[in-house]
Amino acid sequence: MIWRVEVGFNPGVVDASGESVKKSIIEDLRIDVDSARTIDVYTIKAELDEGQVEKVASELLTDPITQISSYNGTLAKDFSKVIEVGYKPGVTDNVGRTAVEGIEDLLNIKFKEDESVHTSRLYLVNGQITDEEAERICTGLLANPIIEHYSIRDERSWFTRKRDDEKYFMVAESHEPLVAEVNLDVDDEELIRISAEGILSLNLEEMQRIRDYFKDSKVLEERKKVGLGDKPTDVELEMLAQTWSEHCKHKIFNALIEYEEDGKREKIDSLFKSYIKKATEDINKDWLVSVFEDNAGVISFNEDYNLVFKVETHNHPSALDPYGGALTGIVGVNRDPMGTGLGANLIFNTDVFCFGPPDFPYEKLPQKVLHPKRVFKGVRKGVEHGGNKMGIPTVNGAIVFDDAYVYNPLVYCGTGGMMPKEILGRESHVKTIKPSDLIVMVGGRIGKDGIHGATFSSTKLEETTSPTAVQIGAPIVQKKMMDAILEARDKGLYDAITDNGAGGLSSSVGEMSEFCGGCVVDLERVPTKYPGLDPWELWVSESQERMTLAVSPNNIDAFMKICKKWDVEATVIGEFQSSGKIHVKYEGKTVLFLDMSFLHEGLPQLKLKAAWKKREFESPDFSQPDDLTLDLKKILSSLNVCSKEWVIRQYDHEVQGTSVVKPLIGKEDDGPSDAAVIKPLPGKKEGVVVSNGINPKFGEIDTFWMAASVIDEAVRNCVAVGANPDHISILDNFCWGNPILSEDNPDGDFKLAQLVRAAQGCYHAAVGLGAPFISGKDSFHNEYQVGDKVISILPTLLISAMGVIEDADKAVTMDVKKEDDLVYVLGLTRNELGGSHYLMTRNLVGNSIPELDVESAKKLYSSLHKAITEGFVSSCHDCSEGGIAVAAAESAFAGGFGMNLNLGDVPIEGTLRDDGILFSESNSRFIVTVSPGKKVDFERAMSGNIFAEIGKVRADDNFKVKGKDGKLVMDANIYDLKEAWQRTLNW
Amino acid sequence: MNKPKVCVLLAAGINRDYDAVYAFEKAGAHVERVHVNTLASCEKTLKEYQILMFPGGFSFGDDIASGKILANKLKYKLLEQIIEFISDGKLIFGVCNGFQVMVKLGLLPGFDGDYRSQLTTLTFNDSGKFEDRWVYLKVNTNSDCIFTKGIDDFLYVPVCHGEGKFFIEEKEVLDRIISNNQVVIQYCDGEGNFAGYPFNPNGSVNNIAGVSDETGRVFGMMPHPEDFIRITHHPRWTRGDLPEKGSGLKFFLNAVEYARENILSD
Repeated sequence: MIWRVEVGFNPGVVDASGESVKKSIIEDLRIDVDSARTIDVYTIKAELDEGQVEKVASELLTDPITQISSYNGTLAKDFSKVIEVGYKPGVTDNVGRTAVEGIEDLLNIKFKEDESVHTSRLYLVNGQITDEEAERICTGLLANPIIEHYSIRDERSWFTRKRDDEKYFMVAESHEPLVAEVNLDVDDEELIRISAEGILSLNLEEMQRIRDYFKDSKVLEERKKVGLGDKPTDVELEMLAQTWSEHCKHKIFNALIEYEEDGKREKIDSLFKSYIKKATEDINKDWLVSVFEDNAGVISFNEDYNLVFKVETHNHPSALDPYGGALTGIVGVNRDPMGTGLGANLIFNTDVFCFGPPDFPYEKLPQKVLHPKRVFKGVRKGVEHGGNKMGIPTVNGAIVFDDAYVYNPLVYCGTGGMMPKEILGRESHVKTIKPSDLIVMVGGRIGKDGIHGATFSSTKLEETTSPTAVQIGAPIVQKKMMDAILEARDKGLYDAITDNGAGGLSSSVGEMSEFCGGCVVDLERVPTKYPGLDPWELWVSESQERMTLAVSPNNIDAFMKICKKWDVEATVIGEFQSSGKIHVKYEGKTVLFLDMSFLHEGLPQLKLKAAWKKREFESPDFSQPDDLTLDLKKILSSLNVCSKEWVIRQYDHEVQGTSVVKPLIGKEDDGPSDAAVIKPLPGKKEGVVVSNGINPKFGEIDTFWMAASVIDEAVRNCVAVGANPDHISILDNFCWGNPILSEDNPDGDFKLAQLVRAAQGCYHAAVGLGAPFISGKDSFHNEYQVGDKVISILPTLLISAMGVIEDADKAVTMDVKKEDDLVYVLGLTRNELGGSHYLMTRNLVGNSIPELDVESAKKLYSSLHKAITEGFVSSCHDCSEGGIAVAAAESAFAGGFGMNLNLGDVPIEGTLRDDGILFSESNSRFIVTVSPGKKVDFERAMSGNIFAEIGKVRADDNFKVKGKDGKLVMDANIYDLKEAWQRTLNW
Repeated sequence: MNKPKVCVLLAAGINRDYDAVYAFEKAGAHVERVHVNTLASCEKTLKEYQILMFPGGFSFGDDIASGKILANKLKYKLLEQIIEFISDGKLIFGVCNGFQVMVKLGLLPGFDGDYRSQLTTLTFNDSGKFEDRWVYLKVNTNSDCIFTKGIDDFLYVPVCHGEGKFFIEEKEVLDRIISNNQVVIQYCDGEGNFAGYPFNPNGSVNNIAGVSDETGRVFGMMPHPEDFIRITHHPRWTRGDLPEKGSGLKFFLNAVEYARENILSD
């Protein structure tokens, strides 16, 4: 029996989501409508009688104060168009799942396997809307046809429609699970075809290597014993493709590269080993605990605790479904610290996005590409739901806008965790698995969702891309799983844990087996969302919210009891062994039998070519305006600099009660903080500092200095709030186009050269500043194909920093505090306007990109840290986008005081015009204010560095800048400047 | 000295449990985090505790409506224990999602000792979005609420919610809550005046931020006093000149002191 319950608001009650929809239709789609109202629909497929449904409708689904409902008719009336939108069958419907639990509690019943609740929403839109506009409202705003169904009706067709609720539910497939064998004893062309058609993303050499493995007589003999022949099964081929995917093996970063620069050639054996890992080895800090080994990097925090940090990307899924992609991104990266060592509790999130401009013209969008504003809003909402519902404060972030991200938005999600150094006498960062430990899958069930995610992210997006890799995350399923796991962790009930991300069980069980030397898995035990999955699908499905654990048989009962208490599903699916084999069975029959050594070490090294040519952009040639106030306002209003308060406020940054320096600070709680500080241990003084650096505009000129600059930016943001510069760790996160040269990709060697230079810049800055990498991530193929044209993103490197401040109560914020405080600039200003926002407002790029003098930077950071720790600094703000002008203006309006600046006092290199002094984006600089009483102490602490007193905090609201010749070049009211800074994204 | 025992109730999606644990421990209580299923299966009972805390979070994801699914669960599995808890003279405190649960269960406003009828609700913010911001609160000094005793000034604490608009459809209910002095705290601006958004962050009727039952022992509020325990929680602590007095800790100190003197001594 299928019942349909509709729930709507009483007349007179504000329908807030209806109002938001109306606003978006008018503002985003530019379609004029009079009103929009919403009605929630619950379609219940269950054996319920009318009395039960009446009770469900009135007592569970309807708020008795604000809502009305109907279970045998419709509430929809008085509309021009009614639009119904709901998830397609098989897509995660969180509300539907929760409704089942509510109905079970209410009626004291249990739903059967084939019973469920589907939710959808009616939008009643009023106004003169054409059919074409109604369609645009659906596809442009309300529905994503990839995962949602929608219908549009007018009054007549609504009231005469036939109900067809069955279509909301999965039709159970009855096919017998199949295992296919694949013949690889074929020619090269056929091997390539097999890889492409199977979405395996393996190249010819890799396919040949696999083919040869299945010809080895010793291998064949052993396969025979377990009932397998000389052809790989589809389960085996899928596991090899997953394990050898770019996503999992970072083949490009480990490739052998022939690199050419200015006619010189050199061979680089692995960018990762030569620059990233090497930097960390050369820095060699004693607080590094576990780096590049586990799902996340681990550093020491204080005597008793370690910190864990990882940032991931979720770009392709977010392009297809921004909400689901970002939600899955954030809950996905949560599982990295959760799956590191014995598992960390999660203490902060940080999110960085790159989008196309929100005012991008609709008519320029290719088919199937979602508008940047919709991507932005969807991603923001996904991260809100993921972060807030998991109860993790989102403490830091950034958003970069550029046309280059219209087709490929970038969604970086990061999560930090903390774990006691020892748990019941065991080192928490070490996984140890004993043969005979049980393999336990915990959390969500497996469906077809996300199949081929690992290989999908290793190819470019196309207009025809099929979106099997999109899923909707379920944060509450994950939250209760995490709560249960942490309880079990503290009781010592498991030996190791890892997450099921890309590659699913294939990846998690495959990796864990390395700790003991093998495993045997019975795949039919794996709980599924619905019947009809083939063994290979069970093995590589990327259904979310799952962890894999190694549990000793002695502890399994106690472990299961905790899971039961938390209503968390946990299933024993096999056991770890020391056989040297991954052995997977389905109903007793072997479906996969692979040597661990081949699986993990058999991958041939990629060999690539890179050729660097420095690009030359038009040299800026314009005279300096007499009044630079307008230029300052323009930069303050620009998308990359402007206030992100609209986004920040929708993230919970207070939860867990750890916040010390919030993302919004100052006199009116709205200034832009440089970095976040949290105190994760109540009663302890140590704090964690989180910041980031990103600047793809610099990458257009030279990725070496881009990399160096963003590392410096991340580190100096940490230092600005008080982090110890000797205790800052960083993560690298490269998002690039396709750097593999081929006929279809004629500038692949240049893109690879950009990568080489970026990696070299990373080494230079990390070693110079003493900030080691502890983990990282790369995402290539951020390209979009329209017809025969490939559009690539800007080479983008995000550096995320996690530092430690010994005493968080000594943290400093960027807002000026008092009138008459002295204003200082720290660091040298050079003629480095290349890639600056000042040139950008003139549609120029320039060439003089900021470089990095690591020695003076390191010295400056150390002195500044001392000055902050001693309490000599009232405010400190990082100088980055928009240079001194923006940094000083932001400090002034955040603090609610005006400021006088004299450009003649600013330490500069060579000759610079006033506009150059104000807007050059030279690295390693700060704007600092100091109380007059601490002038002597501060200057003594800073001696030996380049710095100068350049002005004073005013008692009034005026921001006045004198040029080198003593004439005013800027004169503004701080509240006008603030308004300019706030208005752009004040949605 | 005898420490009152606090039960911080857990369920799927609750996430401000540790914030509440910290605040109550700081206030001198013995605190246990107890899963609703542990109480439902009678492995533990509420009898052991003097204070019941419904913490913040997103129980069951706020699906269908915030607090609704947990309220429904409690109604069919624990309501009798909870009502007995109240009639034993004990304290119940709900914050944010906890307040939503209490209102939807009918524990508040609890007219004439009826703790089973939902008369008010917490619904979507007028802004249509979740927001994290600090708000000023004015305390009704005529209220009998145990938790706000001695706070005669106004407070500054964060709100973090998307469904915090306190709403009453029937005028008689609103009038009665007001005349009974069950409106304990209200949103206001920095000078203590009622003002619109963003000072009233969600559009609550009469700027209501928290209400108690008639006894003053059962109390719920949307803002988070547990997230203003130390001075460095304050968004402007680095500016030194904090004009606001009082802090969130007082709510917890009051509860612990009351429990020690009036419940434990019985």
